[in-house]
This record gives sequence, C-alpha cells and structure tokens, in this order.
Amino acid sequence: MTSNLLVYLIALPLFGSAILMLAGRRSDKWGHLFATALSASSFGVGLYLFSQMLSRSGSNRAVTQNLFSWISVGTFHVNAGLMLDQLSICFVLLITGVGTLIHIYSIAYMSHDLDRRRFFAYLNFFIAAMLLLVLGDSYLNLYVGWEGVGLASYLLIGFWNQKPTYATAAKKAFVANRVGDLGLSLAIMISFATLGTVSFAGVKEHAGQASTGALTAIGIMLLVAATGKSAQFPLQAWLGDAMAGPTPVSALIHAATMVTAGVYLIVRSNFIFDAAPTAQLLVAIIGAITLLFGAVIGMAKDDIKKALAASTMSQIGYMVLGAGLGPVGYAFAIMHLLTHGFFKAGMFLGAGSVMHGMDDEVNMRRYGGLRKFMPITFATFGLGYLAIIGVPPFAGFYSKDKIIEVAFNMGGIKGVTLGGAAMLGAAITAFYMTRVVVMTFAGNKRWDEKAHPHESPALMWIPMVLLAVGSVASGFIFTHGNSLVNWLAPVVAPNPEHRSEMLKPAVVSIMALVAVLIGVGIAIMKYLRSQVPVVAPENVSIFTKIARRDLLQDDFNEAVFMRPGQKLTQGLVVADKALIDGAVRGVARMTVGTGSTLRNTQTGFVRSYAMWILLGAIGLIAAIWVVTL
Amino acid sequence: MINLALEVGKTAAPEATMFWILGPLAVIAALGMLLVKKAVHSAILMAWVMITLAIFYIAQGALFLGIVQVVVYTGAVMMLFLFILMLVGVDSADSLKETIKGLRPIAILAFIGFGGLLVSLIGRATLGHQIVGLDSANANGNVPALAELLFSKYVWAFEVVSALLITAALGAMVLAHNHRVHQRPTQRDLSILRFRTGSLAETAGLANPGVYALHNAVDVPALLPDGSAAPTSISAMLEARGDVIDSSPFQLGQAEESEGEDK
Amino acid sequence: MNPANYLYVAALLFTIGAIGVVVRRNAIVVFMCIELMLNAANLAFVSFARINGNLDGQVMAFFTMVVAACEVVVGLAIIVTIYRSRRSASVDDASLLKR
Repeated sequence: MTSNLLVYLIALPLFGSAILMLAGRRSDKWGHLFATALSASSFGVGLYLFSQMLSRSGSNRAVTQNLFSWISVGTFHVNAGLMLDQLSICFVLLITGVGTLIHIYSIAYMSHDLDRRRFFAYLNFFIAAMLLLVLGDSYLNLYVGWEGVGLASYLLIGFWNQKPTYATAAKKAFVANRVGDLGLSLAIMISFATLGTVSFAGVKEHAGQASTGALTAIGIMLLVAATGKSAQFPLQAWLGDAMAGPTPVSALIHAATMVTAGVYLIVRSNFIFDAAPTAQLLVAIIGAITLLFGAVIGMAKDDIKKALAASTMSQIGYMVLGAGLGPVGYAFAIMHLLTHGFFKAGMFLGAGSVMHGMDDEVNMRRYGGLRKFMPITFATFGLGYLAIIGVPPFAGFYSKDKIIEVAFNMGGIKGVTLGGAAMLGAAITAFYMTRVVVMTFAGNKRWDEKAHPHESPALMWIPMVLLAVGSVASGFIFTHGNSLVNWLAPVVAPNPEHRSEMLKPAVVSIMALVAVLIGVGIAIMKYLRSQVPVVAPENVSIFTKIARRDLLQDDFNEAVFMRPGQKLTQGLVVADKALIDGAVRGVARMTVGTGSTLRNTQTGFVRSYAMWILLGAIGLIAAIWVVTL
Repeated sequence: MINLALEVGKTAAPEATMFWILGPLAVIAALGMLLVKKAVHSAILMAWVMITLAIFYIAQGALFLGIVQVVVYTGAVMMLFLFILMLVGVDSADSLKETIKGLRPIAILAFIGFGGLLVSLIGRATLGHQIVGLDSANANGNVPALAELLFSKYVWAFEVVSALLITAALGAMVLAHNHRVHQRPTQRDLSILRFRTGSLAETAGLANPGVYALHNAVDVPALLPDGSAAPTSISAMLEARGDVIDSSPFQLGQAEESEGEDK
Repeated sequence: MNPANYLYVAALLFTIGAIGVVVRRNAIVVFMCIELMLNAANLAFVSFARINGNLDGQVMAFFTMVVAACEVVVGLAIIVTIYRSRRSASVDDASLLKR
C-alpha cells in the first residue's frame, strides 16, 4: 500500500516552522495560532490515516510513500521514503495529539514572553523532525529525524539562553546526545557493511544471514544511541539539566516524545535484538539500572521539574526494560510509552501550571497546601499521579504491571533480578510521587507572602484535563481485549512459544500494589504527618547527599571524561606549542639563518660577483677537464 | 712591417723567434696592466698588448683582422678609453690595497687554477692535432676570402651586428645626454647671487693665482694679506693632482731672503 | 712552429683579464681587462682558423670586434653617467645592490 498523505504529516509543521522563522517579527501577532493550527492539522491527517488503517486488515495496514531517491552510490541506494505502520501510527498520534495540546497550553504559558513566535517555530520544527524520525523507512531517514529532534531539543532547552546556566544545560544535552548519535551512525555503518542495506525492510530480510557477532555489534550500537536520546544509564546526566527549558518543552520533548525515541528505536529494531540475545539482555539490564537510578534521584529532588525529570528517566527505564525482554515485552514497552506520554505530559503541564501561579518558583519546599488555590491543577495532577504509581484502574497500572510481570516471567535468576528491580522501582516511584504531591498540594503553606497562587487560564487547564482523561482511560483501552498487543503484532510479532508463567498476573498485581502502598505509606508518614522544612536539612545520611547530587553522575562524568579531556587538551596545547609551532618556527628560523648566512655573500660589490662568476667558470672547466679525461 | 710579419708567418724559424720575443712581452704587459697604479699606464700597456696581437694575427694569415685590430682597437677604442680617462679619471690613482676581505688570495688561487686548467685542456685538445694552415683558404687573398664568407654565409649575422652597432651608438648618446632640469643661470643671475650671499670680499671676485712679480703661473696660489696661501685662487683639479707649487717661498720676508741668497 | 703556442698565450691573457676584472677597482681599468679577455678570445679564434684551415674563426673574431666596440661605447657612456652623478669611477662605490 502506498499513500500520498504521509508527507503532509511532516510537511505541515515544517512549513509552519519555516514560515515563522523566515517571517520573523512580522508574524509575532499570529505566529502561535498558525503553528498550533498546523500542528492540529497534522494531527488531523494522522487521525484520517489511522481511520483508513483501521478499515484494512492486519497485514495490509502499513502504508509507504517514496519521496525521492536520496543516495545512489555504487551498490548503496537509499530512498527518502516514509512508512506508516501500526507502530508508527501510535507515535504519530501521540506526537501530534500531545503536541497540539501542548501548543495550545503554550499559547497561554508563553504569553508574556517576547520570543513566543520563535518558541512556536521551534516547537513546530520539533514536531516535524520527530515525525520524520518515526516515519522514516530506513535507519538513515530515521537518523535525519534523530538529529533534527536533537537540534530542536538543544534550541528549546536553551530557549532562554540569556541565562548562561541554561545555555550550558543545552550544550550538555547536545553533547550527551552526540555520544548517542555516534552509536547510531556506527550502527548504520555496520549494518551497511555487513547487510548491504540500511532500510528497515532490507535489514529485517537479511538479518538472518548475518553473523550473531555483527548483529550484537549493531544492537549494542543501537542501544548506545537509545541511551543517549532516552537519557538511559550511562548517558542520563543531561535530562535533569534539560529542565532549564520552558515547561511545555519539558512536557513534550523531555517527557512524552523525544526521550522515548530510544524505545522506538529498540522496538523498531526488534528483528536485530531478537537475533542478538546478548544485546537484548544488555538492553534489559540498562533499563533496570536506569529505572532504579532515576527513582533514587527522584526521592531526593526538591525542584518539582527535576523530580519529574528523574521520574521520566525511571519510567523510560521501565520501557527499555520491557523492550529488552524480547517479543513478549515490546508491546508493553510501547503501551507504557503511550500511557506515560499522557500522564507525564499531564503532570509536567500541572507543574508548569503551579509554577505559573507561584511566580516561577520550582522548589517544592516553598509550596504546600496548593490544592485549595489550584483545584483543577490538583485534580489533573492527582489523576496523573494515580496513573504513574500504578493504582488500578488508571493507565500506569496496566502498562507497568505488565512489564513487571513479563520481567518476572523471564524465569531463572534473570527474571527474579529484573522483576525484583522493577518491583522495587514501583515502590520507590510510589514514594517519590507521593512526596511530590504531598509537598506541593497538601500540608501547610510555606510560600512567601508576595506569592499569590491562582488557577491557570482555561487555555492551560483544558489540555491538562484532556491529558488527565488519557491517563485515566488509555490503559484500559490498550489492554481491553489485548487490543494494543494485537494491533502491534504484525510489526513486533510476539513469540508464539509458550512461556512458563512463574507468577500469575494477579499475583504480580497484588505484589505491586502492596509495594506501592508501602511506598505511599512511608511518604505520607514522612511528609504529611510531620512538618516539611523550608530549607532542605543538611544533617542527612550520606545516601541522601549522594542522591541529591544525582548519584554523582556529573561528578563521575567530570572526573572520568571532562578532567582527563581537559588535561589531554592542555597537553596537546603544550605539544602544539613545542612540536608543531616549534617545527614551524624552527623552519622559519632555519630559513632566516640560512638567508642571513647566505646574505654575507651578497656584498653589493661588483667585483665579488665577478669573482663568483669566475669561480663558476673554473668549476665548469674543471668539469669539462674531468669529463674529457 | 706588414710585409715583414707576413713573411715571418710563412717561414717557421722566424715566426718562432717573433713569437718567443713578442709572446712573453705581451703577457708581461698584460700582467703589468694588472699591477700598475695609474689607469693611464694601464691603457698604454693595453695598447701595447693590442699591437702585439695585431702582429700575431697577421703572422697567422689574418691580414684583414690585423689591420682592423690596429685601426679599430688601438686606434679608436683605446683612444676612447684614454679620452674617458682624461674626462673622469685624471686623479684616479688606484691604491692597490684590497678592500674586500679575502678577495686577493682567492683571486690568486683562481688565477692559478683557471690558467692551469685552460692550459692543460688546450694541451690535451691540440696534442697531435693536424695543422691545416690557411694557404688554400687565403689563395685569392685574405680580404676577398673573408668578404665572400661575410656576405654569403654570415650575411644575416652581419646585418644583425650592424643593427647592434647603431643601437649601441644611440644608447651611448642617450646615456651621455645630460638633461637640464633648471635653466642655466645667466651672468646676471650669477652676479645677483654673488651680492646676496657670501662676504663682500668674494663679491669682488676670487683672487687670481700667482704671486705678482715673482711667480704668476696658474699653479701658484695667491697670498692673502697675512701672507698665507689663498686656496680659492687655484683650480681644485690642480690641487687634486698634486701639481700645486708651494707658495711659502714667495712670502714677503722669505722672498727677500731668497733673493738675497741668489745674489 | 706549433700554432698551439698562440693558444697558450691566449689562455694566459684571458686569465689575466679575468683576474683583472676581479682585482682592479677603477671602472675603466676593469673595462680594459674585459677588452683584454675579448682580445685573447680573438687570438684563439684566429689560431683555430689557422689550425683548421678555414676562415670561419676569423669571421667570428671580426664579429667579436664589432660587439666589443658596441660594448665599449655603451659601457663608457655608463661610466661617464655614473661619474657625473657620483663623482667616482670606482666600482666599489656603486655597491647599492646590497641595500
């Protein structure tokens, strides 16, 4: 099946971005509306394509569109082609749908910013790049979108670049992403070298012929790419600082869509990971580590956005863990991705709403008792909270519990370890999310007299309500009759082989609920029953201190990469001065020396020149004399 | 003398005599040219070398060249040299002290090396070489034979050389032409200048050379009122040449004394 | 008598002329030394003509004389010009090339 509509998905927001950037200040008045309209129309195209897709049967649902022949060198051919299948459409609807809601939210949120038009230009550009990422029919096309979202992320994190720390945060995100991008480009190169193709269909077809070693190499490189883009261990350090961007950006890019690109990449490359068990196991391990890592950081953060960022990191860890569990986990990873897209975006928008009402205060120790002043925000945030901690029947319950269950059902020590980590993560999630909600909305008020907390305008709370509806309902919809699993089946083909179920789904659910209750209970004991100090206490255990320092991730990077790098460059500077410059100067000095020595022969006296001529003649005659001997 | 030289060229023994007399003389004259102080003496020695070479030419069957050598070189070119010498270099007694460090020893070494190499090369080249002689070539006379070559085989070179000669003459004229930038001061201008500058004594004109009644030649400086010699009264050229006669014997008191002695 | 003897004389005269160019400072004497070298070459030409029995050598010597005459005319004119501006006929004084 082909369809000519696919390109409009990307072209509409791209056009909007181009218009807003090229028109400049002239479009200040209508730019935000224009961008929102284009994003919404892209969502409309997505919905239309989705409805068409529903009207077809399972294996015929994927549609493609070939735009033009991009690269044709020898045996290397890449078409700029788009492919919309069951997996892509999930992302298309999430990106354009949540994206449009956040556009609407931003109209109000950014209304006082002088550069609102530029903000919307970047947002539209992001939507276009992200759509290209999920619609590309080859790794190379995906790579273009991959770089595009990296650029959009950089521009939007550093949107308020008049603050040097924000600009630095943008740079940090960009550099960390570059490391991941290197992995992706290496994966593409290995794929071309061993398989001779970089298109998804081609790689899938030829993957069986390649050696396991090559596939493992590709898989690990793809994992490196995913860790960079999705803030997974060990490239996770940039996400917390990325909260420097405006809150809608944090909601859209750093919670709902861009950071999940890594999960998309892994699920999309399921044919590679299925053939390379080592790489797949590594994916699961990375996911498990990150979900605990993020959760631990989340417990210690007082900045509401950074706490949510840590939570994002942790939840993506769940998705990566799910994707690393093989065919049975892919669908649940995507399901958690989609539900997370709703509730985390909703909570970020809620956090933005709180900040909007509290003069951009982000320290939760300065909040407290806000539920009376911001009832809608509290309600939507609360629904998202219930979804993330996994209370039935909210979305997170369905998606997260499935991942925990599948992890346990891997069997053996692997299953116990991964499942246990996921279970522990669920408890910690419950703890830190309760902490966030309690510190923000419950308890006594701790803000300054100057602050006048108030509910946000309708343009802001309507998207929040819609997302809250999603956080409530999406889980049920996706699992009802295994709809999402069946929907994705043609793409990620679940393993038909029957697995021994170590634990029944019901048992896992009960265990998870107990863990959640324990977490919630501890948090309520700690933060609701006792006073929350306005200034973070200093006399805390070493573990808390480490967690507050993001588990020393920055210190590690600084000590292991930055300092040696600086030492290396300093050494190179010295070497440059001594060797390169020395050589250059030496040559110059030698030339000057030779010149001034030879200059002594240039006396300016005709007679000495005549002498040289005479000596030359003597030499010539001597040569003749010798030759004719 | 021409006939004598021609005769000498035809017979072996007299030619050898001539060569062994004139050859060393020519070399000695050339060396002398190198070593004498005054340029004029160099020119004279040069003229001698040229005349010797003219005799050598004639003795070797090159009658025309011998004549041309005497007429053009010794006659015209050397006169030109002497003329220029008179013009610029009358006072040019070269000091033979070398000013460029290390040049002289190198020059001596070069002399020995160059000469030695040339002589040894010539020796190797001519050893056992058949000597043809010019008897057949000069059968109809040297001048007609040369003319035949010049106006047939070498006519193109001949024309080019004539063009070169004209160009050189023009070039010399251009170089020698002194373009006057300012108008030459007239007698009136000079007179005004004399009153405007300098002392009143100079205004009346410079002192004439000579001491009246005793020695009034141009090479004797006039005496100033205090009895000393007036340097402005004689030509600077004479002074530079060292041809100025000391004027002290003609000073007032001494003049009487010396005259008394003569009596 | 062997005409090669003339060649030796020519070689010696040429060498003396060459050294003279190097050693003497008076421009006019330097010029005379150059003339000496040209004359030595002429003597060699004439001797070669005699040795080889054709007159080409003599024609060459004739051309050399003409060229030498040209050279003298121009060279002396240059000397006069230099003398007029610098009041010196020493080749060492015309050492402006150095600076």
